[in-house]
Amino acid sequence: MADWYDERQYDVLIVGAGGAGLRAAIAAADGGVSVGLVCKSLLGKAHTVMAEGGIAAALGNVDSQDNWEVHFGDTMRGGQMINDYRMVEFFAKEAPERVYELEHWGGLFDRTPDGRILQRPFGAHTYRRLCHVGDRTGLEMIRTLQDKAIHCGIDVHMEVTLTRLLKDGDRIAGAFGYVRETGRFVVFRAKAVVLATGGWGKLYKVTSNSWECTGDGCAMAYEAGAELMDMEMVQFHPTGMVWPPGVKGILVTEAVRGEGGILRNSEGERFMERYDPVKKDLSSRDVVARSIYKEVQAGRGTPHGGAWLEITHLDAEAIKRKLPSMWEQFHKLADIDITKSPMEVAPTIHYVMGGVRVEAGTGQSTVPGLFAAGEVAAGLHGANRLGGNSLSDLIVFGKRAGEHAAQYVKGVSGMPRVDDAQADEERTLLRRPFEGDGSENPYAVHEGLQAIMAEHAGIARTGEGLQQGLDKLLALQARAERLHVGGSMLFNPGWHECRDVRFMLTLAEAIFRCAIERRESRGSHWRLDFPDQNADWGQKNMIAVKENGRMAVRTRPVPQMPPELAKLVQGQTVVKSVR
Amino acid sequence: MADQIFHVFRGDAKGGDLKEYAVPPMEGMVVLDAMHHIQAHFDSTLACRWNCKAAKCGSCSAEINGKPRLMCKTRVDDFHGAPITVRPIKVFPLLKDLVTDVSWNYRVNKEIPPFTPSAEDARSKEWRMTPLDVERLFEFRKCIECFLCQDVCHVLREHHGTDRYYGPRFMVRIAALEMHPKDTLTRTDLLAGKGGIGYCNITKCCEEVCPESIHITDNAIIPLKERTADDHFDPWRALLRAFGGRKEPRGT
Ligand SMILES: Cc1cc2nc3c(=O)[nH]c(=O)nc-3n(C[C@H](O)[C@H](O)[C@H](O)COP(=O)(O)OP(=O)(O)OC[C@H]3O[C@@H](n4cnc5c(N)ncnc54)[C@H](O)[C@@H]3O)c2cc1C
Ligand code: SF4
Ligand code: SF4
Ligand code: FES
Repeated sequence: MADWYDERQYDVLIVGAGGAGLRAAIAAADGGVSVGLVCKSLLGKAHTVMAEGGIAAALGNVDSQDNWEVHFGDTMRGGQMINDYRMVEFFAKEAPERVYELEHWGGLFDRTPDGRILQRPFGAHTYRRLCHVGDRTGLEMIRTLQDKAIHCGIDVHMEVTLTRLLKDGDRIAGAFGYVRETGRFVVFRAKAVVLATGGWGKLYKVTSNSWECTGDGCAMAYEAGAELMDMEMVQFHPTGMVWPPGVKGILVTEAVRGEGGILRNSEGERFMERYDPVKKDLSSRDVVARSIYKEVQAGRGTPHGGAWLEITHLDAEAIKRKLPSMWEQFHKLADIDITKSPMEVAPTIHYVMGGVRVEAGTGQSTVPGLFAAGEVAAGLHGANRLGGNSLSDLIVFGKRAGEHAAQYVKGVSGMPRVDDAQADEERTLLRRPFEGDGSENPYAVHEGLQAIMAEHAGIARTGEGLQQGLDKLLALQARAERLHVGGSMLFNPGWHECRDVRFMLTLAEAIFRCAIERRESRGSHWRLDFPDQNADWGQKNMIAVKENGRMAVRTRPVPQMPPELAKLVQGQTVVKSVR
Repeated sequence: MADQIFHVFRGDAKGGDLKEYAVPPMEGMVVLDAMHHIQAHFDSTLACRWNCKAAKCGSCSAEINGKPRLMCKTRVDDFHGAPITVRPIKVFPLLKDLVTDVSWNYRVNKEIPPFTPSAEDARSKEWRMTPLDVERLFEFRKCIECFLCQDVCHVLREHHGTDRYYGPRFMVRIAALEMHPKDTLTRTDLLAGKGGIGYCNITKCCEEVCPESIHITDNAIIPLKERTADDHFDPWRALLRAFGGRKEPRGT
């Protein structure tokens, strides 16, 4: 061990303290191994805290016909059939148990009059399925998991950023990073690492995501040789705030439509009747986002380029009770009383379906000892995630990843060797913005990236536009070799931004390369030059992987469902692209 | 429109001062937007915490013109063009600029015995709790751990009482546990002892700053004080507690 870093040692290292990381930590500790948990922010602040509308689990409390089979079908159809059906099966079957478990740990949900967990409707769920607490479900979930985890004997390291996975030959040996407060470098030695680092919405300017969503974990996994899957699938949530500019992108939860909210264009028309006459405003997110986009393109948008979302027909008191933070958010930030006036909304980047490819049951990536769960992992949601399916994803697969990581380390004899040369290489990279002769401002590079993504990898894409975007991105990557910041290593946001930006540039390249290849429209990936779904492409997942120092992209066959599961998906038609 | 002037505290535990920045105004701007503008355009070393920018995570606490508030929920136009001063919250040790060391809160939280259902409840899969059973707890569960209440509590702030009193945030936390219909523990010994509930003299300063409008004193602290008094000065209840096992239902 070198003297320029601190060292910590655990059997299992969990990276991330959102829902997935916390659930994984609890499960790994239950497995009887030593567990360390690292997060960039304070505990309890992770992105998961922002989730609003609810957690999808087929409890059947409100609609008794609901069961795992229906949830399975909805999720496969929602993902437009490129999901890993095995993950979906685990997910639909285990979500109810995981929700009850939260309650047994002190979590509290809204209730039915007879005392059971209440469920609300959400887009493209056949039945009322979302367990919720008003519109602060994420807070309830993270607080419950946090309070459980701190009594499980795990070590929590807050405000520590990891920037590189360390390897001993092929397998994982730990991770390297720095402590935000002091800038001090730190090596975590571990037999297994579970990535639960969330998504990368910060690649885009108009986003509902928190500052942490820079895709560090996914980019680290890629650098370590893991496969990334379906990176072209980036979800636009149909309803983000658009005005005033300071709030652009902040989410307006789907629960507004779940509770009866209606979308209208500038002519007052309920336009979703045209695009999806059956599910209307509660169609899947890709469909609604595209429909709003089309309305704006056709000149029927609102003053700031969106649609009206109206809930004024409901009782004012009910609105305040069921959607308290929405009421407060519009009242405070936009001077609007949503019980009296409509909200102006437009699509905002919200979620990523792509990520680290993992084995369905265990969460293990293609790198031995490296696991991933939650938004950073791919496979469950296919081409489009249904609302509420993320929170249950976190606890179902967080638990599985934690369990299997614990199991895996029991088969590993001795701590893997840490190669100081790897740590040293990363230190050099991290320090370069202070020492080199660069002159690029990391914030300016980040803004440049966001402009490229907005122009070339937005809601509507073309092959030509994507190629132009990729070219610009590669030029920006070259600029990012010359980042420069001042100040010291003590809590220095500009310095932190340098590493975050490089992670984002890597993932942006994967998005472009995968999107260029997928010559069809499916889910969130809408190609104007290939406006239809294509059956061949429906059999393929995209894979991006590092080969000889460069990003290679190829396809992989979508796992084929056995007939008894395939049967569950039929019955209702898959909503086709809005052309 | 003229630039908006901000005086932002810059420095660390060793010392520091206010520094002036002129930030171009933007419609609907909140104080946090201005801090981000400063980082991106004037000085990328300005340290502040934030996560959600939607008043949901409680990271961006600061003292704005002397008042403890969330930066992401404080509109710049509320100040009508007058200069805005932004300082870190005072009650916790300063790390850098607007960032303080709040780790004490996490240590306190760990000292609170966790939610503990009965063995029988732990075995049963699905629980029945009526809306009435749980609704009064929702208020406490809304806490986003911004620690603004801790910042203004004079036991902690003026009397540096972190060794005597857990502070309003953790009274809210304990109230949520104590009033949970399925919890079986009694935490009044902790409240009377290490928790230091006796130090609170119900000035309600905490309640005034809570961005979640939690009635910290009326709904959490006063009922907890009553329970603590009952358990400690009413031998009959103490006996019940010793032999009863389950908590008897009590008022608010
Ligand atoms: C406004 C909003 C509303 C939503 N509503 C819903 C909803 O109603 N229902 C639903 O199902 N989903 C909802 N979602 C989506 C859902 O909240 C997220 O997909 C989910 O919370 C992701 O959880 P996670 O555990 O994977 O990661 P996150 O919660 O994003 O946590 C990531 C963790 O990783 C840590 N981390 C990241 N990088 C590093 C690094 N380099 N080093 C160390 N630590 C690192 C972070 O500090 C953090 O602790 C919503 C999202 C938003 C933004
Ligand atoms: S009421 Fe009690 S807890 Fe609140 S500020 Fe006053 S002394 Fe502190
Ligand atoms: S009780 Fe209110 S002021 Fe105190 S930490 Fe919680 S949300 Fe903040
Ligand atoms: S940034 Fe989350 S509360 Fe302000």
